[in-house]
Amino acid sequence: MSTKLTAKDFATSQEVRWCPGCGDYAILRAVQTALADVGADPDKTAFISGIGCAARFPYYVDTYGFHTIHGRAPAIATGLKLANPELNVWVVTGDGDALSIGGNHVLHALRRNVGIKVLLFNNEIYGLTKGQYSPTSRVGTASPSSPTGSVESPVSPGQFAMGSGTHFFARGIDTDKKGMGDVLQQAHAFEGTAFVEIFQNCIVYNEDVFADFTDRKTAPDTQLHVKHGEPMLFGENNSKGIHFNQDTLALEVIDVTDAKDEVLVHDERNPTIARMLIDQKTPVALGVIYRQPAQSYEDAFYAKHPTQMKRRKSVADIIEGPSSWTVD
Amino acid sequence: MRLAGDSGDGIQLMGSQFAVSTALSGSDFATFPDYPAEIRAPVGTTFGVSAYQINLGGGPITTAGDEPQVLVAFNPAALKVSLPLIAKGALVIVNNDGFTPRNLAKAGYDSDPREDGTLNDYQVVAADISHLNLEAVKEFGLSKSEGGRCKNFYALGMLLWMFDRELGPIEAWINRRLASKPTMRDANIKALHAGHAFGETAELSANISQFDLPKAKMAPGVYRSITGAEALALGLAAAGELADREVMFCSYPITPASPLLHRLVGLQELGVGTFQAEDEIAAICAAIGASYGGMIGVTSSSGPGIALKTEAMGLAVSAELPLVIVNWQRGGPSTGLPTKTEQSDLYQAVYGRNADTPIPVLAASNSGECFDMAIEATRIALRHMTPVILLADGYLSNAAEPWRVPSMSDYDAIETNALPDSDDSPQRRAFSRDETSLGRPWVTPGMPGLVHRIGGLESDSETGHISYDPANHQRMTELRANKVDAVASYIGEQEIEAGPECGDVVVVGWGSTYGPIYQAARKTGASFVHLRHLNPFPSNLGEVLAKFDKILVPEMNNGQLVTLLKDKLCIEPESFTKVTGHPFLIGELVDKIESLRGKAV
Ligand code: SF4
Repeated sequence: MSTKLTAKDFATSQEVRWCPGCGDYAILRAVQTALADVGADPDKTAFISGIGCAARFPYYVDTYGFHTIHGRAPAIATGLKLANPELNVWVVTGDGDALSIGGNHVLHALRRNVGIKVLLFNNEIYGLTKGQYSPTSRVGTASPSSPTGSVESPVSPGQFAMGSGTHFFARGIDTDKKGMGDVLQQAHAFEGTAFVEIFQNCIVYNEDVFADFTDRKTAPDTQLHVKHGEPMLFGENNSKGIHFNQDTLALEVIDVTDAKDEVLVHDERNPTIARMLIDQKTPVALGVIYRQPAQSYEDAFYAKHPTQMKRRKSVADIIEGPSSWTVD
Repeated sequence: MRLAGDSGDGIQLMGSQFAVSTALSGSDFATFPDYPAEIRAPVGTTFGVSAYQINLGGGPITTAGDEPQVLVAFNPAALKVSLPLIAKGALVIVNNDGFTPRNLAKAGYDSDPREDGTLNDYQVVAADISHLNLEAVKEFGLSKSEGGRCKNFYALGMLLWMFDRELGPIEAWINRRLASKPTMRDANIKALHAGHAFGETAELSANISQFDLPKAKMAPGVYRSITGAEALALGLAAAGELADREVMFCSYPITPASPLLHRLVGLQELGVGTFQAEDEIAAICAAIGASYGGMIGVTSSSGPGIALKTEAMGLAVSAELPLVIVNWQRGGPSTGLPTKTEQSDLYQAVYGRNADTPIPVLAASNSGECFDMAIEATRIALRHMTPVILLADGYLSNAAEPWRVPSMSDYDAIETNALPDSDDSPQRRAFSRDETSLGRPWVTPGMPGLVHRIGGLESDSETGHISYDPANHQRMTELRANKVDAVASYIGEQEIEAGPECGDVVVVGWGSTYGPIYQAARKTGASFVHLRHLNPFPSNLGEVLAKFDKILVPEMNNGQLVTLLKDKLCIEPESFTKVTGHPFLIGELVDKIESLRGKAV
């Protein structure tokens, strides 16, 4: 491409129809910006979505797009990737779409390591169907289907992904431009399934459910932006750090003033640390928490296929089978 | 002939090898494998009986036979299950060694049927097959169970002698199949020869006479033996070749559909890929994704699995993507009778989706025809940009029959709709339509300058954008119906398979009941109309059927085609149904036609 595309070039003429103030707007902008920044070719990019508020996404990105059915986007994206591994395929999904009705497909896409980027818009609620509690809603969530508070334990997207054998898990906050930009670019560059949980604010049905750590004022003390090979520091002037307590076998927050050496250095290939980071409440871990490069499913599929899907023989060559006879 | 024994006796292998030898000897044949749902059902029980029926002879054979003239029973349970099915006077070969007191009790016999008069109406040959076989293979030093496993080839050797067949081809097959296990290979070949020699020796020649079958009168050409699963797999690969596209087959294992997956795995060099999905829904969705990506997406299952795929079929209709869905029907409802054949998914195929979601439906009538129908289904899918359902059944999946090998040059290339050369927006170009087929061009991600969006929300008829406009929904609903109706203008007129163009009775059938109906029609002089296109029907079907006084519709379901005919053609056919899991007998169809004539008089 001769001229570099900008975020605007990835916008369609379609009127965006999310509720004013919905976190989806910020995510859309972050994705359009990331596509421009990585120099994505719109002709070779496809967005696949299921059902939910987030699922309208493909209609707003000027690339190929397919708005499919509830929960099935990973399966459709898998077929697309098998048919054309060259494509840059993104799956846009929500907590209900990915972890309730479509949980099975997410599990299998992750364990296969299909080369797709899965953006999970987690707002801990069913938005499109008007506010019922979702599989990620916290216990006690009052909703039209649980007026006295939900009783189910929520699923942790990160733990689900780790348990499914994911090779990439990252987190971002809808309105955090810098963090999102970084996570999306890392996801784009990953060969296999890049699973990204995005904390998304549904201002209508679950407003500020993540405010305890997304609020800008308290962010330094409540957010931990991890980077591979760097010590896990946070707080005003990086005054706090994460320490691995060998007695309790758990992570803990320490004051780093005179204990710099005690701070854990982030190793994105260590699944045990990743699991502990995923569960940590304050600060909440953001960025690429786990990355384990491995051959993608489609690469393995084509490598194993005797002709890499090419037609090397004609039906006429084999149609007579192992034994045939002639009738005159 | 019917071969019956325990699941572990190697009956299916023995039957299919006998079928191959029948083909090589130039006789026509049709087969009916009849096996239990359990992988290794308890030994000696009636529900564990595995059987293989084969009909062979000089004239054209279209069914697996009404009443077998020869029965080979390896144990009392096999005898008990098979006896009611075979002809009086038939030759019954029993394996004495299987008739232990324990096995007799398991089969529910109070006394030994070989001695208590049960077999008075039959010619009985009782041989110690297990014993003789073990003697024959003794020199190989096999364990008792390994040696015992050769007994199906011992029995096959006996049959080959009876029917005057060459041992060579079977021997060659054993050589290939067991190349890596030389001892088992040699033992099986020895058993085969020993069985053959046993037939020949004086000990038996007084009882058994050799059956010498006349050669069938078949059209000139090259023939092979083929099952429906093999033919359908080859047909899909052929469709890929004719369309110059790769084929991506996505499925989830289910009985009796899995043989197609296994066959396609063997055809990878023809540009075929196979994906074993995590469930039925993922299977169809991956196939849709592959179609979206420009390969021919195909999925396959049986009734319960097809039910799970229903929502995704609607998506393919809405998004106007090509897709081939193969349904190997089996007995239902629910899990039903996984290994037994039925034709009871016709409603599901034609009507079984939410909203107005029409899909073209085709059905294959015999194993070889699965090849042509796979090509036809793909042709419709690509031309009209629609999912297409191809109905086959459990019987076709496994039944072997001789097939005249077609020449690929006899088939037209499969075309897709041209992309209009215009300055219109990519969206409009992707949603332009061929005026006759009403299909749109197959625009796939990766094609430059054509980015557009598709989906399951109602789309604008011209741009594909989301549209909630009431008039547009009316237009799109009609378009989807017209598109499926448009298939009728490509499929040709309905022809009469047998009998006169007008008369007292016409028998209308579809799918694998072709054989018995054809034979019954010929025996009675009734006419026979066989439907390969079930949605839409050929446009002249109403006219063809109007020339008869009575319309008889035999079906292996509770009357589904009758409903369809009433619905689409406003006629009142006579229904004749059978859901026992066994094919129609020619005799019962003849009786039905005659009784209908009686009523007509
Ligand atoms: S309901 Fe919630 S998630 Fe959906 S568009 Fe509105 S604010 Fe966004």
